Amino acid sequence: MTSRPNALEIEDLVMHFGPVRAVDGVSLTIAAGRVTALVGESGSGKSTVGRCVVRLVEPTAGVVRIAGADVTHLSRRQLRPHRDAVSIVFQDPAASLDPRMLVGEIVAEPLRLAGRRVPRREREARVAPQLERVGLRAEVARRYPHELSGGQRQRVSIARALVSEPMLLIADEPTSALDVSVQASVLNLLADLQRDIGFACLFITHDLSAVEYLADDIAVMYLGQLVEKGSRERIFARPAHPYTQALLAAAPVADPVRQRQRQPVLLGDDLPSALDPPSGCRFRTRCPLAFDTCATEVPPQVPIGDGMAACHLVRPDGTGPDVRTADPSEVLS
Amino acid sequence: MTTAPASTATTVLEMRDLSVSFPTETGTVSAVDGAALDLAAGEIVGMVGESGCGKSVTGMSIAGLLPGSARVTGSVRLNGTELVGARESALRRVRGREIAYIFQEPMTSLNPVLTVGRQIGEVLQVHERMSRRAAHARAVELLTLVGIPSATHRVGAYPHQLSGGMRQRVMIAMAVACGPKVLVADEPTTALDVTVQAGILQVLRDLRDRLGTSILIITHDLGVIADIADRVVVMYAGRVVERAPVTDLFARPYHHYTAGLLSASPKPGRHASTARLAEIPGLVPVLSTQPDACTFADRCPAADARCRESAPPLEVAGDGTDHLAACWHPCPPQPREANR
Repeated sequence: MTSRPNALEIEDLVMHFGPVRAVDGVSLTIAAGRVTALVGESGSGKSTVGRCVVRLVEPTAGVVRIAGADVTHLSRRQLRPHRDAVSIVFQDPAASLDPRMLVGEIVAEPLRLAGRRVPRREREARVAPQLERVGLRAEVARRYPHELSGGQRQRVSIARALVSEPMLLIADEPTSALDVSVQASVLNLLADLQRDIGFACLFITHDLSAVEYLADDIAVMYLGQLVEKGSRERIFARPAHPYTQALLAAAPVADPVRQRQRQPVLLGDDLPSALDPPSGCRFRTRCPLAFDTCATEVPPQVPIGDGMAACHLVRPDGTGPDVRTADPSEVLS
Repeated sequence: MTTAPASTATTVLEMRDLSVSFPTETGTVSAVDGAALDLAAGEIVGMVGESGCGKSVTGMSIAGLLPGSARVTGSVRLNGTELVGARESALRRVRGREIAYIFQEPMTSLNPVLTVGRQIGEVLQVHERMSRRAAHARAVELLTLVGIPSATHRVGAYPHQLSGGMRQRVMIAMAVACGPKVLVADEPTTALDVTVQAGILQVLRDLRDRLGTSILIITHDLGVIADIADRVVVMYAGRVVERAPVTDLFARPYHHYTAGLLSASPKPGRHASTARLAEIPGLVPVLSTQPDACTFADRCPAADARCRESAPPLEVAGDGTDHLAACWHPCPPQPREANR
């Protein structure tokens, strides 16, 4: 375990789509075998980070290293040897599985693309253990995706993603399209596979309860930038950034007694436009604690343990106000 | 404290033995089977279940929003007036003024080429015969009521100029424009982010508190139920399988489906290294006819021959309060979360 390279290193990643600044300077490292959750609301740019990592898009600037290799600007041909190292599972399995391919062909496809041609006769033998690993019977290989349920399809996606034994799995909202009971089985499966196989995972989601269940580390994204990073324990116990605090306060807990004792933190509705993000701190337009400096100066990344929080109100020792309890008028006085 | 029905003098909506089926190419599909529920004045009832459980069909059947092919039997009474089988002209008087709907995706429910002010005003011009000018002024008031800042300005906005949360607030403003007694909100926050969801739930609660509106909120999210509902109806495969005040339901589920749903969602403070989520094996069945059996039996850990031979009735469970469950072998009172 000593000298394995980091599964993922992202430095100052920037992804602009024309005038839309989807990702604007994100740095993130995932050590081998760790699960990092990338959390944020729709429009925060979290999925774009994932798409840059698997190089579905070429970043505008910055560096993406997978298993130590810089893949930021490689051509499709140059990327091919690195494709084995990283895979992605998308949110909607119905849309990400080719309806005209058999499940067996789908799962074997990454091997074919990597130049390891699998004869049809051998395919079933190669695919069967992959399907069994994700809890499907080997016969499923002869079915088409439309014959499967949503949860089964997502298992096929996971089998396809893991067939090349990647060092890093990108899971982009893998359970958001599924019902609660099916979500539970897919989350359990991801947890089991991760523990048994030991791949690193970038788990992109807006579902904080799933994050707490699955992640080792958490990175919180807001409008193209990271506002906080830290261990799961620290982020849930002592979130430092007002946005993280608000996000945790807003997610309802499935317990009416506790839920009704909680103090709601109501942010304004609107995520500002990524065309023209606010000056200074990007969260200031919705932050209940914002003050003058927030509009003029970009907040520093205050180190907290192995992580950080980017907020003017977080003190050098990592402490600061909590929007869940603080009275905004008293914070600065 | 005996087995008195939940309906009291203040019951606004009374649904009894509602069944809905649809003819399809491959035969009849039974969507709802014998659903019953009451909605008291100023009460928020949450209806929960997974997709395909008949929640939305039940909600839409209340004011006849189902397509003409749907076969609806049973009874839905609004302040004593029967709605099932009522003529379209009668239903039109009920919709908007008595019952209003909010759907999941506001973008597909709003007209993209009209300003939100016109759309809200249209409701008032049609139902309340207001002048255009009066309707416009009222639209501004309504936008303020649902928490839209600078409403005088936003009243002239087109739907695409608003965020998802703002659009859903506009939908709510339209829904409550004529002061309905009952609001049916079908997954009103499912398409929204959590920070926006919190605001929308607050608006719904405010409406209940200020206007006394009764709300039926349909959702698959137990967190939303825990946050806002006074009572909960759990649906499975077209049937109501459990009905209880919200704290009772979460503290002591009697039906195994309810218990399964509750333990399937991750709990605060739990990580995969130390805990495991409970799974419910199998799938929600699609039924052509409703069998005389428990439809959850195939997925249930407690099912036996009896469950497959006769359908359990929805009966008072436990110590005879407002807690009903349809199960032959109710869950034991297990402390699911003994030490949290």
